[in-house]
Amino acid sequence: MSDEMKKKPYVVPIGPIHPALKEPVQFLFEMEGEVVKKADFAPGQTHRGIEWMGMRRNPVQIVHLTDRICGICGVTHSLSFARAVEQIVDIEVPARADYIRVIIAELERIQSHLLWAGVAAHELGFDTLFYLAWRVREDSLDVIENITGNRINYGLVQIGGVRRDITPEQHPVIHKCLDGYRDLLGKMLNLFLHDTTISIRCKDTGKLSFEEALHLCTVGPTARASGVVKDVRVDYPYAAYGDLDITPILPSAYGGEINGDVYDRIVVRLLEIEQSIGIIETCLKEMPEGGIIWEPKLPKLLAACKKAHGEAIGRHEAPRGECTHYVAMDGNEAPAMWKVKASSYSNLHSWIPMLEGEQLADVPIIVASIDPCLSCTDRVAVVRGNSSDLLTKEDLHRLSVEKTRRIQGC
Amino acid sequence: MTLSSSFKRSLFVFHFNAGSCNGCDIEIVAAITPRYDPERFGVRLVGSPKHADVLLVTGPVTGKMAPRLRRVYDQMADPKVVMCIGTCGQSGGVFYDSYNLEGPIDQIIPVDVYVPGCAPRPEAIIHGVVTAITKLERLEGGEV
Repeated sequence: MSDEMKKKPYVVPIGPIHPALKEPVQFLFEMEGEVVKKADFAPGQTHRGIEWMGMRRNPVQIVHLTDRICGICGVTHSLSFARAVEQIVDIEVPARADYIRVIIAELERIQSHLLWAGVAAHELGFDTLFYLAWRVREDSLDVIENITGNRINYGLVQIGGVRRDITPEQHPVIHKCLDGYRDLLGKMLNLFLHDTTISIRCKDTGKLSFEEALHLCTVGPTARASGVVKDVRVDYPYAAYGDLDITPILPSAYGGEINGDVYDRIVVRLLEIEQSIGIIETCLKEMPEGGIIWEPKLPKLLAACKKAHGEAIGRHEAPRGECTHYVAMDGNEAPAMWKVKASSYSNLHSWIPMLEGEQLADVPIIVASIDPCLSCTDRVAVVRGNSSDLLTKEDLHRLSVEKTRRIQGC
Repeated sequence: MTLSSSFKRSLFVFHFNAGSCNGCDIEIVAAITPRYDPERFGVRLVGSPKHADVLLVTGPVTGKMAPRLRRVYDQMADPKVVMCIGTCGQSGGVFYDSYNLEGPIDQIIPVDVYVPGCAPRPEAIIHGVVTAITKLERLEGGEV
């Protein structure tokens, strides 16, 4: 191949089918050698028209539809939607329900961050750690199942409160799980943050500067890892978060500087697990007595919703960042307008500055590092000149593992 | 149920997300992790449909994913078994009235095993895979 040909950029499409975890999304990378020069992506493969369906259903039906927007953030969307409707209808949520909402939201954060930690380890070729993270994640799912009756799609939040109470008999189960995590956390921090493999692959990889994080309106751990102090739980307290003492976690909390790289995103998420454990313990201790729902009779609740006029925004700090639901109601059974802005939507654009200038082997971990609710890699067709090769997700994974070995010199 | 000679070989499973909410997908991955550990029996997820014996399909099949689902199905070697994981792949579930659905899955490709639930538990998924093994055996024996 002539020198001219070698320099010519070639395009690598990735996706939209991913064999392992997440939703389909398509990437297009313009490559020069191993380096990503330009990155672009095309989401929308899983478009189901949920908002359109929602505008044909009543608010109580929509709550259960919101559970199915995302299987990982089961409580995020239902809580944001319920909060928007509660503001329009002027419903006062019982204090006990607020505490239960916080407990389940924080349990969800723990399971989601552990899920992510496993995926990140897998993308680096560290499968032992992937299995460890997913094994301990099962404990939080057991507690969630104990509280809500389901492992995924909890259906716990209802407009005006929650559908199930947390009884004193359930407290020991929850405490046992939290104590287990507390004991384990030191080990997890050690495994993730002091492991040479993870350090060399993640430090200075996929950097997002403070200015870029602000400019692209990133949210959640992605923003905090770049030093942006931003957390809806603190900035606009809702549910029981106003009663709690929370500070947004920055990577500097673990010592060291803020670089905004993949490593910092690991630090933020692992420390947030610790924070969530503390929040749940406080909530269990301080949970007031009383009712758990504003109106247990659904026809009465629906009648109140039907009379309401107005618009409101419900927001929640999901494991991935701020999630907002805009709802407008005009005296009909179904809302006049319902708009969902999920946290990954705000974060997806940060892929582009992160990916540009990086190597192809680093693409899986960088794409995973924002914890997208979309997928990354499956089938990659590399077109060099006129010939084309087909790279599967395994080939990419192999490239990633080989890079780790190369750096380690073994 | 007696474990048959199929268990001597490994059963390769390919997972296809056709617009699911991630709930079933997460449960599929949870099912391969140490608590359930079906890899003891050789059941494992693979990255290419060309290596797979079983196709796990989740989601109600959105417009964009339907042609891709057909392509993935065609790439699999015979004998093959298709499993439909989750309620929305069987009937549309909560998404039944969406304008962007080509599904249910059995309208697009033939389905052999249905695992209902929103989302089904990992135990249910593993049970479905075991049911698929029996079907594969019959296919191999030329009974179907």
